Amino acid sequence: MKKLINRVPGRTARWILGVLPFVLCLVLYLAASNARLAENENDKLLPSFSSFAGAIERMAFTPDKRSGNYLLWQDTASSLWRLSLGLGLSALLALVIGILNGAIPYMRAPLSPFITAISLIPPMAILPILFIVFGLGELAKVMLIVIGIAPFLIRDVQQRALEIPAEQLIKAQTLGANTWQIIVRVLFPQIMPRLLASVRLSLGAAWLFLIAAEAIAATEGLGYRIFLVRRYLAMDVILPYVVWITLLAFLLDYVLRKISRMCYPWFHAQIQTAEN
Amino acid sequence: MALIEIRNLWKEYGQQVVLEQLNKTVGEGEFITIVGASGCGKTTFLKMLLGTESVSRGQLLLDGKPLPGEPGPERGIVFQRYSVFPHLSVLGNVMLSLELEKSPLLGRLFGGARKTAEKLAKEMIDAVGLGQAMHKYPHELSGGMQQRLALAQSLIKRPRILLLDEPFGALDPGIRADMHQLVLSLWQEHKLTVFMITHDIKEGFYLGTRLWVFDKCRFDPQAPNAYGAQITYDLPVGQTDGHLLKKSPPRAAEKVPPPLPDKYRRNLWNQVFTNIPCPARVIGLCVCGVGFV
Repeated sequence: MKKLINRVPGRTARWILGVLPFVLCLVLYLAASNARLAENENDKLLPSFSSFAGAIERMAFTPDKRSGNYLLWQDTASSLWRLSLGLGLSALLALVIGILNGAIPYMRAPLSPFITAISLIPPMAILPILFIVFGLGELAKVMLIVIGIAPFLIRDVQQRALEIPAEQLIKAQTLGANTWQIIVRVLFPQIMPRLLASVRLSLGAAWLFLIAAEAIAATEGLGYRIFLVRRYLAMDVILPYVVWITLLAFLLDYVLRKISRMCYPWFHAQIQTAEN
Repeated sequence: MALIEIRNLWKEYGQQVVLEQLNKTVGEGEFITIVGASGCGKTTFLKMLLGTESVSRGQLLLDGKPLPGEPGPERGIVFQRYSVFPHLSVLGNVMLSLELEKSPLLGRLFGGARKTAEKLAKEMIDAVGLGQAMHKYPHELSGGMQQRLALAQSLIKRPRILLLDEPFGALDPGIRADMHQLVLSLWQEHKLTVFMITHDIKEGFYLGTRLWVFDKCRFDPQAPNAYGAQITYDLPVGQTDGHLLKKSPPRAAEKVPPPLPDKYRRNLWNQVFTNIPCPARVIGLCVCGVGFV
């Protein structure tokens, strides 16, 4: 009998074990929902799958009576737009400031402590300020995401840039590179895959800030809808929305990972070599 | 004329004296190997030549002028590790200095200019025996191949001085012998002045035209940091003159990937063979021969 740490499940076993918790949750939900509905068929807390189907049909495939829009798709589009704008802006900021901080000591000296301080401000605490300064429009919501994750990304990129071996920077200089050329040919290409990795890590936080901002002031969006229908205890809408958001988050993460693997194969091969 | 002049050179970190009173001149085309105990300032000296460490007292002159205080294209370097760029292929690594020179803004070449640079880079890559690995990334190369790449990358810039900081320290003995041949042939071909730090004294005698030994002459047990190291021996070794080099031409490229058993056998052979004194070798060979018959 091998020790437990040396026993590795095969491919099929791993797959089955991976699916198992999901199936268990589903079964548990079905049982609980059935039990409650048997007692009171108007129960709203744990709706049956048929009422989910009805809600999805209503939200995704029937035009809204008041506005004539398909609400789920409209919510998805505006939420994803805000999220990608916030993420994109943050990543851009991180790339520019992070690399400059990492490469140039005279940039790092004033900026690094300042950004560390900024990153310690709880973003939700200044949400009211954002609404006052940027109004209740799109800008405030995007800014909340940026303020929430950009300092983290900047600090991470700076750290990664500092981790690039000094030998490489010296070598580049002996090959005739000036500061700008070192940034574009040595630092930038090596930072990009690392930035993508930290953007993937910050996806969760970005969603959190998006939904918080939408819950407080918005006229459409996934977070807005969830908080709106909460008033009617419409679990049949809320739960499919949560699943949908989870799915979107997973897809975003997956796409970023694929992009990174496609554009920077040397980086992922290197990590694998280090792990072996 | 002297290429490098070292005039009463000192290096100190606060109270700690690392190097003291170095006085040497080095002419064009000399191959200087540097040996010495760990922590005696060999690497500090190399870093001063490279421009990443400053001179505390005295002068370090290149063509009669002080050396620039930062790394530059007239001095090439190969470190023990991390000398090549992991995000560039072999071709990209070697081409980099050409691209940097011709394209100040983007550091990249396109079209005809790129073709010309590629041609030059390919010649250099073939010269170090990496022709088979042109489009591989460094993580796909063995340690010896990575050092070949680092040499090619430095030499395409035509530096006047080549600095080597234990470049073969991490390599297997068999591969190391190949690298010695490569370095000697490149040194001759490019008319380089080489400074090479090594821990392997045999290597120092074999490769150099001059062997410098760094050591502390004075030592105060009450203040171990009070005195620094000096160059205690400056031996004109010069074992490797022209005819020896011609006798053993640089070997062909390291095989891609090197066949493992063969490599191991060669290593073992080198280790055993070169460590046995000469008469014993002859007798041993005779005994083996008789036994075989």
